Amino acid sequence: MGHTFLDRYHHGTSLIHRLDPRLKLLATLAFVLVASSTPPRAWPAFALLAALVLVAILVSRIPPVEVLKRSLIALPFAGMIALSLPFTQGGQPVWTWPLFGWELTITDEGLILFAAIVAKAWLSVLAAALLLASTPLFDLLQAMRALHVPAVLTSTMSFMYRYLFVLGEEAGRLQTAHAARSAGPGGSLAWRARVLGGMIGSLFIRSYERSERIYAAMLSRGFAGEIYSLTRLAWQRRDSWASLAWTAALVAVVSLAHFRAWV
Amino acid sequence: MTDPIICVEHLTFSYPDSRQALTDINLAVKTGEKVAIVGPNGAGKSTLFLHLNGILSGRGRVEIAGLAPTGKALRAVRAKVGLVFQDPDDQLFSPTVLDDVAFGPLHLGCPPAEVRDRVAHALAEVGMTGCEGLMPHHMSLGERKRIAIATVLAMHSEVLVLDEPSAGLDPRARRNLLGLLKTLPQTMLVASHDMRLVWDLCLRTVILDGGRLVADGPTTELLRDVALMEQHGLESPLDWTQSNAD
Repeated sequence: MGHTFLDRYHHGTSLIHRLDPRLKLLATLAFVLVASSTPPRAWPAFALLAALVLVAILVSRIPPVEVLKRSLIALPFAGMIALSLPFTQGGQPVWTWPLFGWELTITDEGLILFAAIVAKAWLSVLAAALLLASTPLFDLLQAMRALHVPAVLTSTMSFMYRYLFVLGEEAGRLQTAHAARSAGPGGSLAWRARVLGGMIGSLFIRSYERSERIYAAMLSRGFAGEIYSLTRLAWQRRDSWASLAWTAALVAVVSLAHFRAWV
Repeated sequence: MTDPIICVEHLTFSYPDSRQALTDINLAVKTGEKVAIVGPNGAGKSTLFLHLNGILSGRGRVEIAGLAPTGKALRAVRAKVGLVFQDPDDQLFSPTVLDDVAFGPLHLGCPPAEVRDRVAHALAEVGMTGCEGLMPHHMSLGERKRIAIATVLAMHSEVLVLDEPSAGLDPRARRNLLGLLKTLPQTMLVASHDMRLVWDLCLRTVILDGGRLVADGPTTELLRDVALMEQHGLESPLDWTQSNAD
């Protein structure tokens, strides 16, 4: 994995790519909020949410399989958290089997809750994956600054993104040097742990020294505690239209969800 | 313009761990001069450079165009002295080329319109016009070196201080960089192990060894002195060609 994996689809020219990153960030957050507050059993609302993401993905012209693949990375976490639900909720037993003197029971309520939680998580992750795939990170960071996310956080993310793979390459070189001087996977666990510990320590010291050089480079160019940046964000008419359309769609989802809940 | 533009007198510095890094350095550089600083690893070249814009400060006198890099003049001195670090990954810390080249002028307080203008000019000077949107991690080492130089050109620095500009470059990238450095009119201090680069670029050479300034003179004289070069762990480029011919 490298930056090409992260950056590959950033330079599209679709409507989604050209939208203001502030709008995209807020739209994604609103989508996640609506998805997570949709009650279980409101299946038409879930279907509409899925349709919304799907349309957004198609408009972005990023291969849907790619967004799907990225969204799968986060799914196991949601699945693990929701795994206990079918067994712990009340309702009609659907399936029961004995286990070491206990009885494991899956209930219909539990299953529905499980499905709803996985659906919410998956839809949210899909929206986030699309946001990240279609927006260069620095645009996203500028959007966060504009929305008053503290500068310490956005600068930290910016440096992390810039140096993630520089450090990765350094770690790779250490590993190669180690592999070149060791034959096979030999050695006891304790020995290998010691070698790994040494490598991590060495990587830490290198990073520490690099951070001092970077700081000197920043001071040399006039840094005095606050990072300034050229603002490139400009709200266009299409951003207004897009936010109106997205809001309307989300309102439709909310009313559909609660209409179903009443019935 | 004040001459000499760089004036260092009796500069002595030791690191907090009491390692003596520089001892009684005296150096005066005239406007427009290109001076090479050579010497073995650990001779104090980088330490000397960090004194020129007040990142480090030792005992003795340092003045750039008549200004000492302390207190209120610090900002002005940092604008005058453009330090280019050896590893462009240290110099280029922003997400895009635009942000990086704009960093200096923005932090010196230039208005945004002028910053954009300076960025465009600096990129044109290093032959990288139109690269504003690129990300440093997608560029080659030679390109990153050029951008690193553009980051200080955008500050309109009068003195360029380059640490190992040709290190790690393949011959073609090295030659291109040398061509670029030759065309830049600024006063230049260049630390390098690349004796061919020193020979081709700088009329004057200074040898540092063990934190002391041991020789200062015309490049053609110093680099021809094979005994002197070897004594300080260096190699004469002429000696190298001769031994190859043997």
